[in-house]
Amino acid sequence: MTAEKMAMAKALNSSLRKALESDPKVLVMGEDVGKLGGVFRITDGLQKDFGEERVIDTPLAESGIIGTAIGLALRGYRPIAEIQFDGFVFPGYDQIVTQLAKMHARSLGKVKLPVVVRIPFGGGIGAVEHHSESPEALFAHVAGLKIVAPGNPSDAYWMLQQAIECDDPVIFFEPKARYWDKGEVDAAGIPGPLHAAKVVRPGTDLTLVAYGPTVKTALAAAVAAEEDGVSLEVIDLRSVSPIDFDTLQRSVEKTGRLVVAHEAPVFFGAGAEVAARITERCFYHLQAPVLRVGGFHAPYPPARLEEEYLPGLDRVLDSVDRALAY
Amino acid sequence: MTVERTAPRGKPRRAATKKTTTAAARRRPPRPEMVQLLTPEGERVEHPDYALETTPEQLRGLYRDMVLTRRFDAEATALQRQGELGLWPSLLGQEAAQIGSGRALRDDDYVFPTYREHGVAWCRGVDPTLLLGMFRGVNHGGWDPTTNNFHLYTIVIGSQALHATGYAMGVAKDGADVAVVAYFGDGASSQGDVAEAFTFAAVYNAPVVFFCQNNQWAISEPTERQTRVPLYQRAAGYGFPGVRVDGNDVLAVLAVTRAAAEHVRTGQGPMLVEAFTYRMGAHTTSDDPTRYRRKEELEVWEGKDPILRLRRCLERESAADEAFFADLERESDVMARRVREAIRTMPDPDGMAMFEHTYADGHALVDEERAQYAAYVASFADHEHGHEGV
Repeated sequence: MTAEKMAMAKALNSSLRKALESDPKVLVMGEDVGKLGGVFRITDGLQKDFGEERVIDTPLAESGIIGTAIGLALRGYRPIAEIQFDGFVFPGYDQIVTQLAKMHARSLGKVKLPVVVRIPFGGGIGAVEHHSESPEALFAHVAGLKIVAPGNPSDAYWMLQQAIECDDPVIFFEPKARYWDKGEVDAAGIPGPLHAAKVVRPGTDLTLVAYGPTVKTALAAAVAAEEDGVSLEVIDLRSVSPIDFDTLQRSVEKTGRLVVAHEAPVFFGAGAEVAARITERCFYHLQAPVLRVGGFHAPYPPARLEEEYLPGLDRVLDSVDRALAY
Repeated sequence: MTVERTAPRGKPRRAATKKTTTAAARRRPPRPEMVQLLTPEGERVEHPDYALETTPEQLRGLYRDMVLTRRFDAEATALQRQGELGLWPSLLGQEAAQIGSGRALRDDDYVFPTYREHGVAWCRGVDPTLLLGMFRGVNHGGWDPTTNNFHLYTIVIGSQALHATGYAMGVAKDGADVAVVAYFGDGASSQGDVAEAFTFAAVYNAPVVFFCQNNQWAISEPTERQTRVPLYQRAAGYGFPGVRVDGNDVLAVLAVTRAAAEHVRTGQGPMLVEAFTYRMGAHTTSDDPTRYRRKEELEVWEGKDPILRLRRCLERESAADEAFFADLERESDVMARRVREAIRTMPDPDGMAMFEHTYADGHALVDEERAQYAAYVASFADHEHGHEGV
């Protein structure tokens, strides 16, 4: 079978379908995931083919979704819970942080919690408030959770499979602004490790790290920079917990400069963790401080301001220029 | 008929009596609000919906369970006072609610407790000394939940009601005839998770018994700070049955829980049991109930003591002789000694245990920090070794 070009939404749908087919213990659950196919249609057609017992429409209660997913996992199921939008996860945050993340450790390893929580995240789609946030750092701070975010359809397909197979709880952030972007998906291929970062464009002058929706922005920045004679190495982080610092370190030792871009507020964000660790690992290779570009320490703004808030091409390139100026 | 009617707290009983004389009440047949099979004086009474046949041996067994559980609890409280435990949530007064419900279950049923279910743990066959680990601070729950189908204690109030419901949804998918029981208190009934658990359980017809031990106090907050209606009546709003049982009457709790478990096992959906009982001790050893409740209230409830009540029954029915009580006293002493010994010989965990079981499939950061910590610890060993060499 050869690679097929498909949108990320379709890749995620195919991935869920494959998981439901290959393991009868896999369940899909959430608000509107059945007949509607989810508000983004990621679960389109799954209830029709797998039935209401496998693809479960739930009451409108996020704590209930996560809490019952925990119970189902304790009974031997592998639930995949869908949260409709990033800002709606917080009613379920208590269950994720106090229960889902800790139960394996509390039981001294006796119980496993193979629960995936899918969250469409990020902005740029002109939505109302609570529909455009990037709360990944709030989850990454919690031991016991794994956090990943694919940046293209192929990763979306494979990383979701791997998250479902993982015996740990995985918070799976889907870049909703990229749902409709197409890319090659080779369903017969062999994926790399779930938590490995990928060099998606080699370069020599500066390492630009991104994940989820900002990967596309970072690649566009690299194209623009090349026109100015600057070679950017773009790394798709893919995993926010754990972070593949080895791949970052190799790149920074080569380029000497690092910029981290993400949509989440910069303050206490994933970029801060990357900056601190890479400074520790690569202090004598760095020719400039590690710079971060991302959201501001302000509530996610109304839609007509979000282009100002999000780290778009110009703000990313501005950070690149600042790093190169040292 | 000696069924006990309990007026809402703070209202004179006279008001409740008056209410029953309204036209609406006269049209309805009088119905016991609270199921009771054993009066505080130890007299057996019948209930139309909850018949219970018991042998003398069963009565003695229930009595033994309650006495040993109370002794274990008292020993743990004492150990906390002696500095051996960081904290202890006493179940004093709730023995009947826990032993009655615990003994109503089958081995293949599954229990999700809060943090006070020492008596239920006893019924499930969990070694009592294992319950002490988390309160001593050596772990967060030292038993394998799958061995006795008794989940870990849950500290966040009401969270486990959802775990139980999810587990029960799985049971239903499996086509098993297993009952799942979620224990929680009257305070937890205010939590959103309990309300969500009721919703999920009802709409999925999940085989879960919600077992609310209404012990009248959520730390210092009385039940009327949680609800304006009797808690068992909440179930009706979700579309499943609720029943209030005298929680200090081990026979009534046994009968009602047995019926509730059978109700859920036979695919009739969830059921709420409110065991109307009383926490005779403090919320935990950090608490001081003299600040918020009257001595007279405690005295009233001491008159309804679940253990005394069954003892009176045993004596009334000549179901136990002096030798039985004496033997049980000796057994309690042995158990108390075992508990003390277990606590005092319980080893502190190794420092490296912090890093164990954070993840099932590993995590690079944990590996890194584990290695750093191990090197740090080893550096002291090297240092000491160096001194020896000098």
